[in-house]
Amino acid sequence: MSASTFGSGIRRREDPRLITGTATYTDDIVLPGMLHAAMLRSPFAHARITSIDTSAAAEAPGVVAVYTGADTEGEIGPAPCAWLLPDSGLSIADYHCIAKDTARYVGDIVAVVVAESPHQAYDALDLIDVDYDMLDAIVEPKESAAEGAPQLHAEIEGNQAFHWTVTGGGDIGEAFESAAVVVKETIVQQRLIPNAMEPRAALASYTQATGELTLWNTTQNPHIVRFLMSLVVGIPEDRLRVIAPEVGGGFGSKIAVYPADFITVFCSKKLGVPVKWVETRSENYQATTHGRDHVQEIELAATSDGKIVGLRATVWAGMGAYLSTAAPGIPTILHGLMLSGVYDIPAIHEDVYGLYTNTTPVEAYRGAGRPEATFMVERLVDLLAAKLDIDPAEVRRRNFIPKFDNGHDVVTGLTYDSGDYDGALTKLLDKAGYDQLREEQVEARKQGRYIGLGLSTYVEICGLGPSQVAGAIGFQGGLWESAIVRFHPSGKVNVMIGASPHGQGEETTFAQIIAGELGVSPDDVKVIHGDTDNTPMGWGTYGSRTTAVGGAALALAARKIRDKAKVIAAHLLEAAVEDMEYEDGKFFVKGSPDSSKTIQDIALMANVAWNMPEGVEAGLEATTFYDPPNFVFPYGAHLARVEVDAETGSVTLQRYVAVDDCGPQINPVIVEGQVHGGIVQGIGQALWEEGVYDEDGQLLTGTMLDYAIPRADGLPDIEVHSTVTPSPHHPLGVKGIGEAGTIASTAAVYNAVIDALQPLGVSSVRMPLTPERVWRSIQAAQEDN
Amino acid sequence: MFAPQFDYYRAGSVAEAAALLAEHPEAKLLAGGHSLIPLLKLRLAAPSALVDIGRIDSLRSIREESGTIEIGALTTHSELASSELLRSRATALAEAAGMIGDPAVRNRGTIGGNVAHADPASDLPAVLACLGAEFRVTGGNGDRSVGASDFFEGLMSTAIGEGDILTSIGIPTVDSACGSAYAKFAHPASRYAVIGAAAALVVDEDGSCTCASVTLGGLVPAPVRATAVEEALVGTRLDAAAIASASGLTGDALDADDVLGDVYASAEYRRSVAQVWVQRALSSAAARCG
Amino acid sequence: MHVPVSITINGRQYSRDVEPRLLLVHLIRDVLGLTGTKVGCDTSQCGSCTVLIDGVAAKSCTCLAVQADGTSVTTIEGMAGDEGLHPLQESFWNKHGLQCGYCTPGMIMASHELLRCNPDPSDEEIRHGLEGNFCRCTGYQNIVRAVRDAAGSATGGAQ
Ligand SMILES: Cc1cc2nc3c(=O)[nH]c(=O)nc-3n(C[C@H](O)[C@H](O)[C@H](O)COP(=O)(O)OP(=O)(O)OC[C@H]3O[C@@H](n4cnc5c(N)ncnc54)[C@H](O)[C@@H]3O)c2cc1C
Ligand code: FES
Ligand code: FES
Repeated sequence: MSASTFGSGIRRREDPRLITGTATYTDDIVLPGMLHAAMLRSPFAHARITSIDTSAAAEAPGVVAVYTGADTEGEIGPAPCAWLLPDSGLSIADYHCIAKDTARYVGDIVAVVVAESPHQAYDALDLIDVDYDMLDAIVEPKESAAEGAPQLHAEIEGNQAFHWTVTGGGDIGEAFESAAVVVKETIVQQRLIPNAMEPRAALASYTQATGELTLWNTTQNPHIVRFLMSLVVGIPEDRLRVIAPEVGGGFGSKIAVYPADFITVFCSKKLGVPVKWVETRSENYQATTHGRDHVQEIELAATSDGKIVGLRATVWAGMGAYLSTAAPGIPTILHGLMLSGVYDIPAIHEDVYGLYTNTTPVEAYRGAGRPEATFMVERLVDLLAAKLDIDPAEVRRRNFIPKFDNGHDVVTGLTYDSGDYDGALTKLLDKAGYDQLREEQVEARKQGRYIGLGLSTYVEICGLGPSQVAGAIGFQGGLWESAIVRFHPSGKVNVMIGASPHGQGEETTFAQIIAGELGVSPDDVKVIHGDTDNTPMGWGTYGSRTTAVGGAALALAARKIRDKAKVIAAHLLEAAVEDMEYEDGKFFVKGSPDSSKTIQDIALMANVAWNMPEGVEAGLEATTFYDPPNFVFPYGAHLARVEVDAETGSVTLQRYVAVDDCGPQINPVIVEGQVHGGIVQGIGQALWEEGVYDEDGQLLTGTMLDYAIPRADGLPDIEVHSTVTPSPHHPLGVKGIGEAGTIASTAAVYNAVIDALQPLGVSSVRMPLTPERVWRSIQAAQEDN
Repeated sequence: MFAPQFDYYRAGSVAEAAALLAEHPEAKLLAGGHSLIPLLKLRLAAPSALVDIGRIDSLRSIREESGTIEIGALTTHSELASSELLRSRATALAEAAGMIGDPAVRNRGTIGGNVAHADPASDLPAVLACLGAEFRVTGGNGDRSVGASDFFEGLMSTAIGEGDILTSIGIPTVDSACGSAYAKFAHPASRYAVIGAAAALVVDEDGSCTCASVTLGGLVPAPVRATAVEEALVGTRLDAAAIASASGLTGDALDADDVLGDVYASAEYRRSVAQVWVQRALSSAAARCG
Repeated sequence: MHVPVSITINGRQYSRDVEPRLLLVHLIRDVLGLTGTKVGCDTSQCGSCTVLIDGVAAKSCTCLAVQADGTSVTTIEGMAGDEGLHPLQESFWNKHGLQCGYCTPGMIMASHELLRCNPDPSDEEIRHGLEGNFCRCTGYQNIVRAVRDAAGSATGGAQ
């Protein structure tokens, strides 16, 4: 059982409820007496609120309450930023849940209406009269840093939220001065809108008599929500229960605790009845955090035979109007420390300026900082290859960190755990038939067709992470995970975890871990998560950490159970513990496997406790808090093949091949699903997606009519392969796979398009690579020639 | 997502609908709802009442009668796309209808609502203009039949006046030596037309083009005929070279000031590449001739 | 104004007086408590709300409840029959055609429509047939596999 279950692609345990429409998401919950909240949001990006008249709204049918910033003053604190990046001059502007006197982005909350039905709440929003005094807005991060730019926060000079640097290795100036070749590029990592298919929602139910609150929330980390909620609304943590029921995707956008969540709780607390708030999709576009938004000036120095000697970058990262919960760590720690990529780079320097702009706050979005790093490095490596006229695969090979299985230091200060980057690339080129693809490209070019091949070799940091490091980098929480494994008398198992999966399938893979460790059927294991009253503390599901950290906690808890079970088995079999053997859920005395005790036998005995060994507690249950000794570093190599229609600029993605290494795979089908989804999100960034503001700060891509997320058509079947390099420090050797695809694919597709356009003299196009952008760069290159 | 309040009346017949409209002048007609309901949900429209004509079955049909294919206003995009009659005799219309939105949209959206709404990014106006359609209108301003050039007055504006109901659309039938086609550059998010090109061609026994109709939509407020392209095609044998050179004249049909642009595709770009879609439509139409 | 609406959902008849502005999806979810049908957008793009009206797929967010008066609606809750899961539900499960599951009810209904119109679709046709349904998790590939798989198995209609 165990051997066949761990590593097999069994069907997911979570699916029966999801395919029958019986799963319960936040918006599906109805409580007696429940009221509905709707938020009035600023239609202007930067404006002083001179007056608000809510009287007509308050009188409207069904309206129970209308609150403005004046009502929440002193009752709820500002929405906190919880990543206090050290040594960066971090300046945090107060993010009032309801804007008090100034609105700073389109979507900033100005008032809230609570009514008997959502229709009535929205009717009343139309009746609130707000007078605004318009102020100049600023939307581009680099311009926000410029002299004379409109200023968002009086107390913060130059709109600068922070200036963070990473310097490592040799003298960067010298590396560039003495280099034979230098390649440079300016990249705009455009703003992306996460688009989890389930919009955000909160249902708060406060009982005035007991002072207790239950909050159902679309979150990736209910324990963090409880912690921050308690600080902001003043309900003690022991009276606060946060439940993440079924959650319809997050991709980083459900990490933060948002003003609307605090306001919904405030309303329930004030009114003493349950209050539900559900955002509309257009509201989601304005108010749920965005991702990326970097302007990157980057350069790479190398020898004439393509050996990299230094990498230097300056990044202006748009943070939006306020700093969201984890925002400062994304373009810095999760980005700058990864600039060595899969390469041996002797000197690295990066400056990152975090800037306030009159836009929706920016947070983690699938990959969070790492796609932006991978893109920089992979772009530079391709530019180097083009400059030296060496095949891009070959340039990569000349610079790869050689294979290692227990630690490799890069100059940014990280120690990668294990990797064989050349192995991944070799497998990729083989599976893709790279040489033949190159020959086909030559043929196609002769016929005037523009076919391009793009490579992206990446390593990512995930499994966040050692809590001591968390503290050192200013993360206002721990980064360990927990698990409780509880055997019932009948041998069935409940697993309670602190992490909070929302689509990744850990109810299945964690049952497989238990099956692998303890020999029970995964069908006999129920994994419970997402309810702070029923689960041990944990820091949540993001950063590809649930299996990497929570899975480790679970494996260790299972091993504690195994150890205890062995003692009980020895007692029952009247043998010495040292003589006991364990295999596939059975304990037996060495040499006599026929007389054995199953884990189920032990569970029954431990629970009835009729005959326990001296000094051994009743029950078969274990709890583990696992704080990882290091991060894990999955990696891989991807290839995209595109064809560009030079006449119109349209790009067709013809083929996509991926090799990923996330260590041993608990469930390869689930791994493959994560890879598919991640890759398509990254393709979306390369080809279609962009959150666009006009210069007044109006979101021009404010609905799904304008913002193009990938659809089923227009995508090839993705060819997924893997290699397996265990992490030396993880109890199961596993790494993470949730973000890998996204981290790799944007660069692969982009590099392919540039490769296709090479005969036309195009070396740079702003993303997304819309037909017009590609067409214009072709036109411009032709004019230059 | 939560529409403002309005009243609702269901009409059992065209006459009843006309009477309801007369009684409630601020009311709007509701057909398939696939342009109107999205506006209501975003509170971008706030009619006092809706008159639902969706159940007037007499308006849902595709018939050929005396030299005309008569299409009831309530015929859905799916019905257009799957109609054998249209596929063989007005191919471009079936083709365009099949490219609208997605299957669920096509199941409920109607041809009448599509042209009455007259969104510049819609597909059907350009095709219907290309095929020489006549729009039959009844109601407030009396019964009449309006040609495409008069029907589409400009951006989201048509000859349908207050109290009017569009009942059907007639397309003159053509002989089998005629082929028509529609080519579309779809917006990646909305799926509406960034550029739509419709072409209809007639050839004589020798394969020489006797008549060409080419219309552009998507990038202009109301459908525009590419007369220069049409003229250049007549008399040619519709080979690739002839089509390419005629398509090259597409820009001439487009007054630069009229071309629409947006954050996805600028007017300049659309105007420059429109010829590619004209060429595609012409190539398919030519292949269908004979 | 309230208007009487009588509608059969998954074989059971419901009669309610509703405001004309009530969307079918809100009738289904909020009035009748059948929460399997989802809302993912406010512009009729995402397909999360797809149901069958008289056997034909429609976006229930783009249909007023009053327009559906007298019709027979099938939602995800009505797909499984006495013999168990609908073949599409089985194949979505078998092929890992879902992750967070939010798009899944709409995706299954849209797939039902696809197979109704084209019982033996190519991958290309499946991808086109699902163009009105967004999934942010799966990258669609396993959804395509699931539909192909369901097309191969005995086609059972909705209840
Ligand atoms: C997601 C989505 C994608 C779409 N994609 C496309 C696309 O790619 N291409 C495209 O062309 N369209 C597209 N559409 C629009 C679609 O074609 C609509 O169905 C059509 O525009 C309106 O038809 P309807 O019957 O739904 O009209 P309704 O919404 O009911 O009515 C629209 C307007 O027309 C008026 N009206 C309706 N019928 C009549 C009549 N008989 N006489 C007088 N006035 C009338 C109404 O009062 C209203 O003002 C899309 C729609 C959606 C929701
Ligand atoms: S909810 Fe998105 S299409 Fe209906
Ligand atoms: S499974 Fe999450 S959106 Fe499709």
